[in-house]
Amino acid sequence: MALDWRAVTVPRWMMMGEWRAHPVRIGTAIVAIAIGVALGFAVHLVNASALDRFARGLATVNGGADLRVEAAGGRGFGEQFYPRAASVAGVGAASPVVKLRAQLDARAIDLLGIDVLRAARVTPIIVPQPGPGHDATALLDPASLFLSRAALAGRHVGDAVSLVIDGRTQRFRLAGLVAGAGDRPLGIIDIAAAQDRFDRVGRIDRIDLKLARSADADHVRAALAAILPADAVLAGAEDDGSRTDALSRAYRVNLDMLALVALLTGAFLVYSAQALSIARRRPHFALLRVLGASRRLILAQLLAEGLILGVIGAAVGILLGFGLAAGVLRLVGGDLGSGYFGGDGTPPLLFAPGAALAFAGLGLIAALVGSLLPAYQAARIAPTVSLKTIGDAVDPRRRPPLAPAFVLAAIGIGFALLPAVRGVSLFGYGAVGLLLAAGIAAMPWLARILLAPLARGRSTSPVIQLAIGRLWGAPSQAAVALSGIVASVGLMIAMAVMVASFRGSVDDWLNQILSADLYLSAEGSTPLDKATRDRLTRATGVRRVDFASQRGITLSPGRPPVLLSVRDGDMPPAIGREISAPAGTIAVRVSEPAARLYHLTPSATLQLPLGSKPVRVFVTAIYRDYARQSGAITIDGRAYDRLTGDTARGEAAINLAPGADVAGTISALRRALPPSILDVVRIVPTRALKAQALAIFDRSFAITYGLELVAVLVGLAGVAATTSAQTIARTREFGMLRHLGVTRRQIVAMLGVEGALLGLVGGIAGIALGCGLAQILIHVVNPQSFNWTMETRWPVGLLAGVGAALVVSSALTAMLAGRRAVSTDAVRAVREDW
Amino acid sequence: MRRTLPLLGAALLMAAAPSGPPFRDVRPGVALVFPRDHGAHRDHRTEWWYVTGWLDGPGGTHRGFQITFFRTATGLRAASRSAFAPRQILFAHAALSDPAVGHLLIGERIAREGLGLARASTTDTDVRIDDWTMRRLPDGRFVAHVAGDGFALDVSFRPDQPVLAQGDGGYSRKGPDPRSASRYYSLPHLDVTGSVTRGGRTERVTGTAWLDREWSSSYLPAGGVGWDWTGLNLDDGSALMAFRIRRVNGASLWAGGSWRAADGNVTVLGPQDVVFVPRHRWRSPRTGALYPVDPVLRVRLPGGVRSLPLRPLFPDQELDGRKAGSPVYWEGAVTTPGGRGYLELTGYADRLRL
Repeated sequence: MALDWRAVTVPRWMMMGEWRAHPVRIGTAIVAIAIGVALGFAVHLVNASALDRFARGLATVNGGADLRVEAAGGRGFGEQFYPRAASVAGVGAASPVVKLRAQLDARAIDLLGIDVLRAARVTPIIVPQPGPGHDATALLDPASLFLSRAALAGRHVGDAVSLVIDGRTQRFRLAGLVAGAGDRPLGIIDIAAAQDRFDRVGRIDRIDLKLARSADADHVRAALAAILPADAVLAGAEDDGSRTDALSRAYRVNLDMLALVALLTGAFLVYSAQALSIARRRPHFALLRVLGASRRLILAQLLAEGLILGVIGAAVGILLGFGLAAGVLRLVGGDLGSGYFGGDGTPPLLFAPGAALAFAGLGLIAALVGSLLPAYQAARIAPTVSLKTIGDAVDPRRRPPLAPAFVLAAIGIGFALLPAVRGVSLFGYGAVGLLLAAGIAAMPWLARILLAPLARGRSTSPVIQLAIGRLWGAPSQAAVALSGIVASVGLMIAMAVMVASFRGSVDDWLNQILSADLYLSAEGSTPLDKATRDRLTRATGVRRVDFASQRGITLSPGRPPVLLSVRDGDMPPAIGREISAPAGTIAVRVSEPAARLYHLTPSATLQLPLGSKPVRVFVTAIYRDYARQSGAITIDGRAYDRLTGDTARGEAAINLAPGADVAGTISALRRALPPSILDVVRIVPTRALKAQALAIFDRSFAITYGLELVAVLVGLAGVAATTSAQTIARTREFGMLRHLGVTRRQIVAMLGVEGALLGLVGGIAGIALGCGLAQILIHVVNPQSFNWTMETRWPVGLLAGVGAALVVSSALTAMLAGRRAVSTDAVRAVREDW
Repeated sequence: MRRTLPLLGAALLMAAAPSGPPFRDVRPGVALVFPRDHGAHRDHRTEWWYVTGWLDGPGGTHRGFQITFFRTATGLRAASRSAFAPRQILFAHAALSDPAVGHLLIGERIAREGLGLARASTTDTDVRIDDWTMRRLPDGRFVAHVAGDGFALDVSFRPDQPVLAQGDGGYSRKGPDPRSASRYYSLPHLDVTGSVTRGGRTERVTGTAWLDREWSSSYLPAGGVGWDWTGLNLDDGSALMAFRIRRVNGASLWAGGSWRAADGNVTVLGPQDVVFVPRHRWRSPRTGALYPVDPVLRVRLPGGVRSLPLRPLFPDQELDGRKAGSPVYWEGAVTTPGGRGYLELTGYADRLRL
C-alpha cells in the first residue's frame, strides 16, 4: 500500500469524517469561539460609537477652539479678563461665552450666550443661522433664541419659546437654528442678553481661544497662565480628550476585559473539545503512525483542525458581534445603560475594521492555543499502547504535578500588588487571568484530592463504585472535562461576587446618605431663596430641613470638575480615620474617588477656587461616594457662606414630624414654593429615590449580567459536549459491563453519578477559584478603575444555586448522552475492535 | 464653514429704513467742526473712515491699497447693563492690490464695541478693532495699522490740502428725497509713508491716498441697488470725486461729485453733471458678478465736459468678504491720463435690499 503521507488527502478525510460524525462537538467549539469574539467585538463597537459621539458632543459645545479659559467654579469669572486674554501675543481670536443650564419644557439644555462676531472666528460650528423672516441683525437681538435640531422638538422659527434658568422664566423668539450642533440639545443667545436677562452682568464662564497661525501653543498657555484669575482655569483640546477618556475608560476596559474572559473560556472549550476528540481518535493516530505518518504530520493535522474551527468561529463571531452591537445600541443606548455619555438618541454604529481583525485574531489564537496541547500529546503517543486500548495513558497512581499551578498563582498574586497603568487596571486583569490558569493547572491534583476520600470508601452500590472507580482511574480525561467547567464557573462566580458586593455596598451607602424622609431638589442651579427656605421649614408636617447645594469646581484642568457639596446639615459619615480641623482652618470632607484622584488623606490641605482667590481648606475625613466618579468635596454651609457670600441652596433633606403623612407633606411643601420654580423642583420620598438609584445601578450592570449568563451557558454547553463525547467514546466499555451483567439502567445511573461527581468537583473548585478571583476584582480592579472601594458580600444563595445547577445539569447531560451509547447492541459494542 | 455670518456686515451697513429707535438724520446748513467731526457720530446709523490710495515701492512697483473702518449703530439694547451690549458694531476691511498677485489680498475685522477691544472715539479719529487701528495724531497725520491674510500695512497719511467738504458744505444728497443724504468730507492728496509687510518681508513705501469720511442714517434712496464712485488725485494737485446711485436696471437714480482745481476753487457737481459710460465688463469667477471695470467718466466742469477714461491696475479687484459676513464689492486702483485714484463699484454681486 503506497500512501503519500505528504498529500493532504488522508488528513482531510480524517477531519471531515470526525466532523461529520460529531457535528455537535465541533459546533460547540465554534460557538464558544464565536461568542467570545462576538462579545468582545460588540462591546468594543458600542463603546467606540458612543465615545465618538461623546467626543463630538464635547467638541460641538466647545466648538473646536484651540484653547479655553474656563471658570473653575459655577459662578464664572470677571469679564475684564476677556480683553486681557484676547490681547495676549499669539492669541489669534478670542470668543467670550456665558454658559447656562436652561430648562426648555421639561428638558435641560446647554444655553450659551455668545458674541457671534467673535465666535465666527473661533468656534464657527456653534454660530447660528437666522431662519426665514429674520435677517442677520436677529443674531444680536436680545429676544432671539437659536436652537439645535435636537432641542427643537417640533418648534418652528418665529415661535415664542420660554426658558427657565435659576427659577427665572424668560421668553424668547425662535429666530433660527444652530445647524452645526449635531445631535446635542443646545440653545444660543446673544452674550449681552445672557448677562442682562439671567443676572450675569460682568461675569463670563468661558473664553474660547484660537491661536494665531504662527503661535506656539505652549508659549500662549504660559502667558495666559501667568495672568489667569484664581477662579479660572486653562483647558485645551487634549484635555477634553483625556476627560472623555478618564470618564469612560474604566467602564470600557472592564467590559472589554469581560469579553476577553469570554474568549478565554472559549479557548478552554476548544481545548476540551479537541482533547476529547483526540483521546477518542488515539487509535486512529496510532494506526497512522504505524502506517508511516510522521509526528509532524499528525501535529499539523490537529493544528489545522483548530485553525479551521478558529476561522469559522471568528468569522461567525464578527458578524454576530456587529449584529449584537447594533441591537444593543438600539435597545440600551450607546452607554450600555451606564449613563456615562450625555446626549439623547442612538449614536450611529461605526464599523471598525481594525478592531474586527484584532478580535478575529484573538479568536483564532484562542482556537490554536486550545488545540496545541492536545495535538502535541497526540503526536507523542506510543502507537503500540494506543492501538490496544483507548483508556487513559496516565497511570492513576502517579501524583499529578502541582508546581506549574503554584508558579502561575505566585505570578498572579504578584500582579495583583502592582499599581494601575494610566488608570487602567491592566495587572489586575492579568492577575485574574493567571490565577484562572493556575486553578486549571491545579485541577488534576485537586480532582484527586477531592475524589480520594470517595475512592477509599467502600460504597455498597455498584453503580457508585463503578463511577468513582472510573473517575479515579482516568484522571486526565476527568481533568479535561473539569477545566472547561472550572474556567466558566470560576469567572462567573467572580463576577457575581463582585457585583453582589458592589450592589450591597451601594445599598448600604444609600441607606447611610439618604437618612431623611423626603428629598427636594431644584433642577440645574435654581436657587431657593431665603424666603422660600423659611416657608419650606415651616410647612405642615415638617420637623427639620437641612438645605444643601452643589456645584462643579475644577481642581485640575485635565480632570472633570469635582462636585462641591455645600451642606447645612450633617456631614457624610467617614470611612476610616476622622480628625478634627485645627482652629482657624476650614474643614472639608472629601469623597473616596476625590481622595484617590487628588492624593488626599485626612489632615491634607488643598486649595479650592471659591471666588476670586483660592481658599485653603483642611481635609478631616474621607467618605464613601459611588455617585460621583470624578470626586466630591463636602463643605459646611456656614463656612461656605462666609467664604463666598453665596447663600443660595438648591436642595433640601426633609425629616417629617412624627405621624406626618408623606403625600400631605409633599403637597404642603409644594405650596410653599413660588409658582415660577414649581416646574423645576422635584420632591421625592426617600424610598423612591433609593429604588431609582438601585434601578440605575442594575441598568449599568445589565450588560454584565448578560455576559455572565452567556459565560455560564457556554460553560454548560462545554460540560454537555465533554460528557457526551466521553460516553460515546466508551461504547465498548459499556458493552463489556453489559456482558458482566450490569443492566442498561445501571449504566445510565453510573453515568449520572459520574456526571454529578464531575459537576460537584468542578463546581467546588470553580466556586473556590471564583471567590478568589472576586477578591482581586473587588480589592484591585475596582479601586484602580473607579477609585472606590467596597466590602465583600457572599451571595450564598447564588453560589449554592450555581453548584446545584452544575451537579444536576452535568448529571443530566451525562445520562442523556449515556442513553444513546448503551442503546447499541452489547455484542456488537464489544466486537467493535477499534 | 462658509457663510458663518450671513452677511451680517452687509445687513447692518445696508439695512433698509431702520425700525426701532430713530437715528439722527443729516441736515443741510450744519457746518463741519474739527477735530470733532473726525471722530465718530454714534447717533447716525452708518459711518466710515475710508482710505484708498497708491503705494510706490522700491524698483518702481505700484500697488493699490484700501483701509476702511465702518461703524454701524444697531439700535439694540439702549437699556442694557451688559458691557457686551451690541449698540455699536465696528468692522474694517483692508485690501492690497498687487498686480503681481492678480487679485486682492484682503483682511477684515468685526466686533461689537466694548471692553476696550473695539471702540471709536467721538472726539477725533481714533478707531480700533483688536490690533487694527486708525487714529489722527496731534500734528494732523493719520496713522493706521492693519494686518490681513499674508500682509500687513503700517502707514501714515499727511494731509497736504484742506478738507474738501462734499455737496452743500458737507451735506451730500444721495437721492431725490432730501433725507437720503450723508455728511461727507474728503481729504484728497494725502501723502503716504510707511511699510508693507508681505510674507515676512517689510518694505518701505510712499504714495498718495484719499480719505473719505461719511456718516448717514439713510444712505441709499428707495430704488437704489448700489453705486459707482471714484476719487481721483490728479497730478496738477486738483481732485475729482464723482458718484452715481444706480437703479436695478443700471440707470442712474442720482449722481453728484466735486471738482477742486489746483487753485482751490471747488465746483460742486449735480445729478446732471456726472455720467459713467461703461466700456468693458469683467465677470468675477467667484461671484459671477459683472463689473464695468474701465468706465469713461464724463463730468461737466466750468470749462466744458471733461472725459476721464479710467483704467484698472488689473481687472480682478473684487473684495469678496462673504466669508466674514461682509458685502461683496469691487474696489480697485485705477489710473486716468494725468492722475490716479480708486474706483468703487457696489451692488453688482448681490441685489442689495436697500
